[in-house]
Amino acid sequence: MSITSPLAKRLAQATPAPIAMRMRGLSDRWIAWIFVGPTMLLLLAINIFPLIWTIKLSFTNFRANRPNAEVSGVGIDNYVSVLTDPDIWAAMQTTAHFVFWTITLQTLIGFTLAYLIDRKFRGHGFWTTLILIPMMLSPAVVGNFWAFLYQPQTGLFNAVAAFLTGVSPSSFSMLGEVSLAPWAIIIVDTWMWTPYVMLICLAGLRSIPDYIYEAAEVDRASKWRQFWSVTLPMVLPFIMLAILFRGIENFKMFDMVNLLTSGGPGSTTEVASITLKREAFEKWRTGYSSAFAIILFVAVFGLANIYVKALNHIKSR
Amino acid sequence: MSQGISTAHSVVEPTSGTRWFAGVVVALYALVTIIPLAWIIMTGFKTPADAISYPPKVVFSPSVEGYCNLFTTRSRQTPEYIASLPPANGTCEQIAREQKMVVAGPSNFVPRFTNSLIIAFGSTLLSVGFGVMAAYAFSRFKVPLKDDLLFFILSTRMMPPIAVAIPIYLMYRELGLSDTRLGMILLYSAVNVSLAVWLLKGFIDEIPREYEEAAMVDGYTRLQAFRKVVLPQATTGIVATAIFCLIFAWNEYAFAVLLTSGEAQTAPPFIPIIIGEGGMDWPAVAAGTTLFLVPILIFTVLLRKHLLRGITFGAVRK
Repeated sequence: MSITSPLAKRLAQATPAPIAMRMRGLSDRWIAWIFVGPTMLLLLAINIFPLIWTIKLSFTNFRANRPNAEVSGVGIDNYVSVLTDPDIWAAMQTTAHFVFWTITLQTLIGFTLAYLIDRKFRGHGFWTTLILIPMMLSPAVVGNFWAFLYQPQTGLFNAVAAFLTGVSPSSFSMLGEVSLAPWAIIIVDTWMWTPYVMLICLAGLRSIPDYIYEAAEVDRASKWRQFWSVTLPMVLPFIMLAILFRGIENFKMFDMVNLLTSGGPGSTTEVASITLKREAFEKWRTGYSSAFAIILFVAVFGLANIYVKALNHIKSR
Repeated sequence: MSQGISTAHSVVEPTSGTRWFAGVVVALYALVTIIPLAWIIMTGFKTPADAISYPPKVVFSPSVEGYCNLFTTRSRQTPEYIASLPPANGTCEQIAREQKMVVAGPSNFVPRFTNSLIIAFGSTLLSVGFGVMAAYAFSRFKVPLKDDLLFFILSTRMMPPIAVAIPIYLMYRELGLSDTRLGMILLYSAVNVSLAVWLLKGFIDEIPREYEEAAMVDGYTRLQAFRKVVLPQATTGIVATAIFCLIFAWNEYAFAVLLTSGEAQTAPPFIPIIIGEGGMDWPAVAAGTTLFLVPILIFTVLLRKHLLRGITFGAVRK
């Protein structure tokens, strides 16, 4: 992709270093500050300041629907009650279940698809573009229209499932039954985000130079052996990157679940973000939910950091 | 980037049987995956009765009732009153009269759609503008703590939106930014600027420094070189980044549903709450969904070469 020619590089090296300093106008140092400034200001105002405010709130019993009530500090009480609340742990478990299954399914299907697309059959560009469409859509709008497809009896999903399995289309409700609702969400998420994993895997597969396979052929390695000792290890960093991005996104999952089930039936699909919304914007326990928000952030941040370390370790191998 | 040295009869070329099999499986997957979308577009052209018929109707006589219901509000009238009216002008009025109703006025769909457009374009302009400047600085200058700053910019994306929404809600209430377009533009800009900086830094890194240095030797100042050399070279990257920002702002739901309710409400929180008489008006919802998705479909096709880069924050390039 880069257009740097060796000649241009050599020319650049031959140019005396302080050339920029003799130029007219603002010094580079000033330009750097002026250029980075607006972004930093925006992030400070809309991200950092609110974050600090959340931390402050998390040590109080403030309620946003009673702005005039007296606010008192409660120390780490909010954190203690969040961490000892069985509902919170149930939500975390639901989230973990959701993240685990979506990532597993998306990785398996996504990698298989990428592998097949990499066979470079005629028209693969067209089919790939078609497959990519779901991931570009709005998760909220997707959740909403899948709710329509999941309608008991009249929904398309029920009709197709009934046709394939022979059960009556009105005998089950994907969104209304405790045992089915989590899977209803997993299916939609997999439908939507498999293309994402596929696209990253495809980049991985295409980054493997042909000569490695040619060398493997010369060594008389079987196709099976080639797959396990060339293809998979070389695509692994890409798969892990896809899992990282999907993991972070699905840990925060809100839109789709809110529109499909909004946590129900009961609280069987109540993932962490839904619990957070209920605590913060329905029960208005602002202090308590701030503490929960901070715990969530620390969890994502910590897990992502550990994961990135592992990823770099694999890459450097 | 793969630098394959494949020849016509390379041993690594798949056999025609393999290709054929792969092609069939992928095409089947693509067709199955597109069915839900096709179904929604079809539902937009059904009557409410056809939309919830059992078994689901694949063949139906198309109707624009869904689109009429999306754009108008209607009120029920007595048959005598309707009979006393002059002949209906317009298809929507006609359809409404057949159901003993008259069109009462436009619905909120157009204002909500307009909000979506204004907020998406406003925030894209701001985040790409700020982003390209920061990306240039990070790409070319020694910024103190560069890596930490870049990681910090990325980490702002890791916050669950609901967690950010709590203090934003309080802050906007204080500042009078609640339910305003300006508030939403600022918020989406802050979310998008991290993506813009990371993507654009990748694109600008690919432009050889020698170009600007040559221009500066010719007497350009640093700013002139940025404007007249780097920006034109980065056009593709800027456009791709802008489209990604647009798509994010267009699709965003969590902040929109929590922080807007009327004045600045965007389409995603509005579409799911279109309710007709006696429950969800599915054809109207489907019509709204279709109109909402059309720009995204166009953008997806335009962007397909840069998709990978956009969705991985520039971590994977082709």
